[in-house]
Amino acid sequence: MDPIHDKILADPRFRELVSRRNRFSFTLAVIVLAVYAGFVSVAVFNPALFASSFAGQSAWAWGLIAGFCIQGFAFVMTGIYTRRANGEFDRLAQDAIRGGKAA
Amino acid sequence: MKRSVTLATAALIAAPGLAWAAGGAIEGEVAKRSVNVTAIGMFLFFVLATLVLTAWAARRTKSTSDFYTAGGGITGFQNGLAIAGDYMSAAAFLGVSGMVFTKGVDGVFYTVGWTVGWPLILFLIAERLRNLGRFTFADVASFRFDQNRIRTLSAFGALTVVIFYLIAQMVGAGKLIQLLFGLDYAYAVVLVGVLMVAYVTFGGMLATTWVQIVKAVLLLGGCTILVVLGLAQFGFSPEAMMQAALDNHTLHEAIRAPSASISDPITAVSLGLALMCGPAGLPHILMRFFTVPDAKAARKSVFFATGFIGYFFVLAVTIGFLAITLVGTNPAYLDPAGKIIGGANMAAIHLSEVVGGNVFLGFISAVAFATILAVVSGLALSGASAVSHDLYARVLMKGKASDKSEMKVTRFATLVLGALAIVLGLAFEDQNIAFMVGLAFGLAASVNFPVLIMSIFWRGMTTRGAFVGGLLGLVSAVACVVLGPTVWVTVLGFETAIFPWEQYALFSMSIAFAGIWLFSVTDSSKRAALDRAGFDAQFVRSETGHGASGAVAH
Repeated sequence: MDPIHDKILADPRFRELVSRRNRFSFTLAVIVLAVYAGFVSVAVFNPALFASSFAGQSAWAWGLIAGFCIQGFAFVMTGIYTRRANGEFDRLAQDAIRGGKAA
Repeated sequence: MKRSVTLATAALIAAPGLAWAAGGAIEGEVAKRSVNVTAIGMFLFFVLATLVLTAWAARRTKSTSDFYTAGGGITGFQNGLAIAGDYMSAAAFLGVSGMVFTKGVDGVFYTVGWTVGWPLILFLIAERLRNLGRFTFADVASFRFDQNRIRTLSAFGALTVVIFYLIAQMVGAGKLIQLLFGLDYAYAVVLVGVLMVAYVTFGGMLATTWVQIVKAVLLLGGCTILVVLGLAQFGFSPEAMMQAALDNHTLHEAIRAPSASISDPITAVSLGLALMCGPAGLPHILMRFFTVPDAKAARKSVFFATGFIGYFFVLAVTIGFLAITLVGTNPAYLDPAGKIIGGANMAAIHLSEVVGGNVFLGFISAVAFATILAVVSGLALSGASAVSHDLYARVLMKGKASDKSEMKVTRFATLVLGALAIVLGLAFEDQNIAFMVGLAFGLAASVNFPVLIMSIFWRGMTTRGAFVGGLLGLVSAVACVVLGPTVWVTVLGFETAIFPWEQYALFSMSIAFAGIWLFSVTDSSKRAALDRAGFDAQFVRSETGHGASGAVAH
């Protein structure tokens, strides 16, 4: 194994990076999965709710509007992750690599 | 029976990226249309433009890295468009709008599944894939394992997916072109095959990516115009549009509720899994992550791709609802029995003629054809790279192949794949090949995906576990398809299916994951110790990108 890898692995900044990023991506993944599971469950177990009028009297079904919103929500979630990962997480990763090389 | 047929169609449409396939896409006898000169003219213009693009790309494609990954020089935004392009297939465009046209909100059930897979790919896979791999996903899957076994397994996993998809695409392309342009089936298949080989052999990934980008822009633009022109007929009121759809559809209010085909929980879970995990096992989609310079750009690609995909699906669903009134009540597009001419998947095409006349019809037809071309090119490139990079350079030559010889093999492999696609496309013209899409997709989710994800995340996985688990996934996916309703009943003519579900990802994926686990934890070989010891180095590289190919030295 590359000796730098050993040092990076032992570097507290690396551990910090991994735990922070995992916590973040895991949380986001669970939220996305929960939203999707909720959507599927309503479609399968409560089709009447899925089909009910949006805002009470619209011709559009609730399920349809919700589906469109979830697609937008997926986009927003990728934006949130990308923003934090490309900033904070990448800086941590660079620090850990620099630390590994300097030590 | 009726229900399983609905599911068969659903399974087809379910395969993201390409599944717009044969049989299900264009229903019944395909009546050849009279030759559409405007459409052919626009299409020729597209072909000409892409060939110029290919000539430009060919001058820049010198090394294997240029060929496989465009030298890693594609930006996040460009790659996002290209990924979206791979995803926005003719299936998504014609299939989703056709499904909404016949069944209403069912269509949105699929589009949501296709979209939510992307955030998960981003959170878990995208950057690690970029950090670990160089040219193919097998690079990642076999990172710390015995190259012979795991790389060969992954390469064959990629190749089978590619070949089954290619056949389905070729047959579908032939039929679609017959309908759209009035061209003969055989001409259409040969034309698609020849253009695909030309793009890939000469222009490599750079040409393939730009063809995909051009097509994505055309498709997004075309669909936007289609929706705007359609809504104009309702005074730009979505409410009036939907009310008219409810009034005019034969099912009326029922199109607001999910149909029986997705109300079975096992089917829904299997389908949901397949929709989410499938793309993470498709070689031509995974390969896109190596075309960007670093993990940062890989993340941006997914961000942009998700936006484009989500927007596109909103358009595709809306097009279906527009077509219910504008096409479904127009006698010019209905046969004497009141059915839409050419099958439901022609709804979007007919709509373009209603709202934009012959010129717009020509434009949308040309875009649909361009879509097929772009997707088959991506497939051919990833298939060729599995042969030349994985099997030839890594397994056969043990990494000692010269750049030059590898390039030769890859071009030759593309040629063979092209010839194979044409021959099989012609051979399967009148066959029911719908199951091939389901099979290709099932293999992606049950072989490539489990091996890839476990190799990235699980320290305990060993060569034996990956190999046996991957094979089990392969065998169970094939078994579920062969014993399932489509092949066992529809193709082979047996009375009842041994495996009753059309959707099987839940079963085959569980078997693959369980196999990987069981045969890894019980593995105490020398190789297993090496595999586990290799995890730390892989872990550091996958998390930080240190040592990643193409990364700038710090």
